[in-house]
Amino acid sequence: MVANPLTKNIDMSRPPLDIAAYEANDGYQSVHAIAKGLSPEDVLELVKGSGLKGRGGAGFPTGLKWSFVPRGDNSPKQKYLVVNADEMEPGTFKDRMLMEGDPHLMLEGMIIAAYTIQASKAYIFLRGEYTVSEQALRKAIKEAYERGYLGKNILGTGFDFDVIMHTSAGRYICGEETALLNALEGKRANPRAKPPFPQVSGLWGKPTIVNNVETLCNLPGILTYGVDWYHGLAKGNDHGTKLFGVSGKVKTPGCWELPLGLPIRELLEGYAGGMQDGLELRGFLPGGGSTDFMLPEHLDILLDYDEIAKVGSRLATGTMIVLDDKTCPVGMVGNLMKFFAHESCGFCTPCRDGLPWVDQIFRDFENGEGSEKDLQILHDHVTYLGPGRTFCALAPGATAPLGSGLKYFKEDFEKHITQKRCSYKH
Amino acid sequence: MSQQVIASTANKARSLSLEEIAEIEHEMTLYPDKKAVGLEALKIVQKHQGWVSDASLLGIAKYLDIPAADLEGVATFFNLVYRQQVGKNVILFCDSVSCWIMGCEGIKGYIKEQLAIDYGETTEDGDFTLIPVPCLGDCDKAPVMMVGPDLHRNLTPEKIDSIIKDYKNKQD
Ligand SMILES: Cc1cc2nc3c(=O)[nH]c(=O)nc-3n(C[C@H](O)[C@H](O)[C@H](O)COP(=O)(O)O)c2cc1C
Ligand code: SF4
Ligand code: FES
Repeated sequence: MVANPLTKNIDMSRPPLDIAAYEANDGYQSVHAIAKGLSPEDVLELVKGSGLKGRGGAGFPTGLKWSFVPRGDNSPKQKYLVVNADEMEPGTFKDRMLMEGDPHLMLEGMIIAAYTIQASKAYIFLRGEYTVSEQALRKAIKEAYERGYLGKNILGTGFDFDVIMHTSAGRYICGEETALLNALEGKRANPRAKPPFPQVSGLWGKPTIVNNVETLCNLPGILTYGVDWYHGLAKGNDHGTKLFGVSGKVKTPGCWELPLGLPIRELLEGYAGGMQDGLELRGFLPGGGSTDFMLPEHLDILLDYDEIAKVGSRLATGTMIVLDDKTCPVGMVGNLMKFFAHESCGFCTPCRDGLPWVDQIFRDFENGEGSEKDLQILHDHVTYLGPGRTFCALAPGATAPLGSGLKYFKEDFEKHITQKRCSYKH
Repeated sequence: MSQQVIASTANKARSLSLEEIAEIEHEMTLYPDKKAVGLEALKIVQKHQGWVSDASLLGIAKYLDIPAADLEGVATFFNLVYRQQVGKNVILFCDSVSCWIMGCEGIKGYIKEQLAIDYGETTEDGDFTLIPVPCLGDCDKAPVMMVGPDLHRNLTPEKIDSIIKDYKNKQD
């Protein structure tokens, strides 16, 4: 049985499979299965049963999210599917691989999602810098139209589905799903108030599902090989496989598809080869720049949404950023704060004014000008920018590395104050 | 804004070229509301002109019949819409966390030395503009940067030398 459904066709040393080769490896079987008589309700039940959780960061169950879309004759006729392909979270490099490596897999997933919620139109919201992904996807879309997997009356199902490519122009906040919808409508990409949730009132006020690239790539396997097979893939309580990445000073940084539920140690020391010679592991962000630091003592925790939450962090994107003992933790957190300050959309005050303040304090620390009072201000901001105090989750995301960094690397912050310099610089 | 100001800025609008119009019209068929294509139109114009001048911005606003202030709100929001003239090749230099850990500051210093430009600046010969960009999603090959549409990975000073040389040669 297939053990690596997300990457089975991916070999980054060659161009992605064309549609014929993709079909030859069970590709688009799910669409044929739908054509043979799976109703949207049938598919919804399969996806719910699979236990698939969104891979965009929040880990919300995909089937449950879809079930909020109004159904039936009284529901709005136009519904939309939107692919969140705006990957920009620092340290995250997984969706790029899926789109460059096997664009048909995402398209097949899109057809399944759109059919389930009966969306006749989808927009792929692609990060503008992903020029290779754009080319790969455009080619795949063209092929899929030619084979009748996209367009009118797909495989005689009576279901029509069009896919439109939208390339963005670089703004992290566009990855937040309501800001993304504003961007697609041609507006400044500030987030929207929730409720109403996009599932009910999204793009141009119509029911809309926003799903991450990797989430969609999970769907073909679930329909083609079945829910039991999907459950059999993982080792822990979560289901399926996931892309896991490691960056930083490890021996062999990279991105791998692994079952959910492996110990973190196996990823960091096995796949990523452990630390480079002469370096020790100090800590790591388990799922991109908006997750809380974890420590070497956490290496035996499982790569599983709930297990990682138990130690106060999040699996989120599954792409780890590794901090070694010769790199300054204060500098690392400072780098992230600069990013968040720059990418704040400016809509709400705590984030617009607080993040640049935090960023400035980190610059002062870097220059040996940080004080105890500054440290207190940083601590205060973990609260002021935290969940519930800002209009969207960007600022709370920033408090994850900030708060955990202050906690775990306290002595490094103190040292910057007492020595009036960064002792990691030579 | 008074009516007079609006009228006077509208006069400064550049007429879009036929090519630009054709591409914008195509985008308009893909959205239920033509206001949605503001960003696409800005990107199309930037592709043809290299950047988005005031005259271009006003031209697009007029063509799409949207307030220039709204379009400016979109244009200034996005990192990759250039409201100032840029060089022939824009270097998008990743300075986010993984690249930082892997030593991108040293590479940036080297570029700065070689091209004599800092962030936001263009070389005297107009060949390169250097701009910082958040994580390019290639962190396992850090440090990375883009030059125009091309990605360059695992950067070293030697690689920077050969990349600069290649782009210079391509132009001559
Ligand atoms: C500031 C911010 C940035 C985000 N960026 C992304 C992104 O680049 N890609 C993504 O899939 N989700 C991103 N998300 C999460 C989305 O809002 C949303 O939860 C996700 O696309 C839902 O898809 P899923 O259910 O398939 O995971 C971001 C969220 C926030 C708050
Ligand atoms: S938290 Fe930041 S990014 Fe989110 S709405 Fe407020 S200002 Fe914008
Ligand atoms: S941090 Fe530079 S590519 Fe991700």
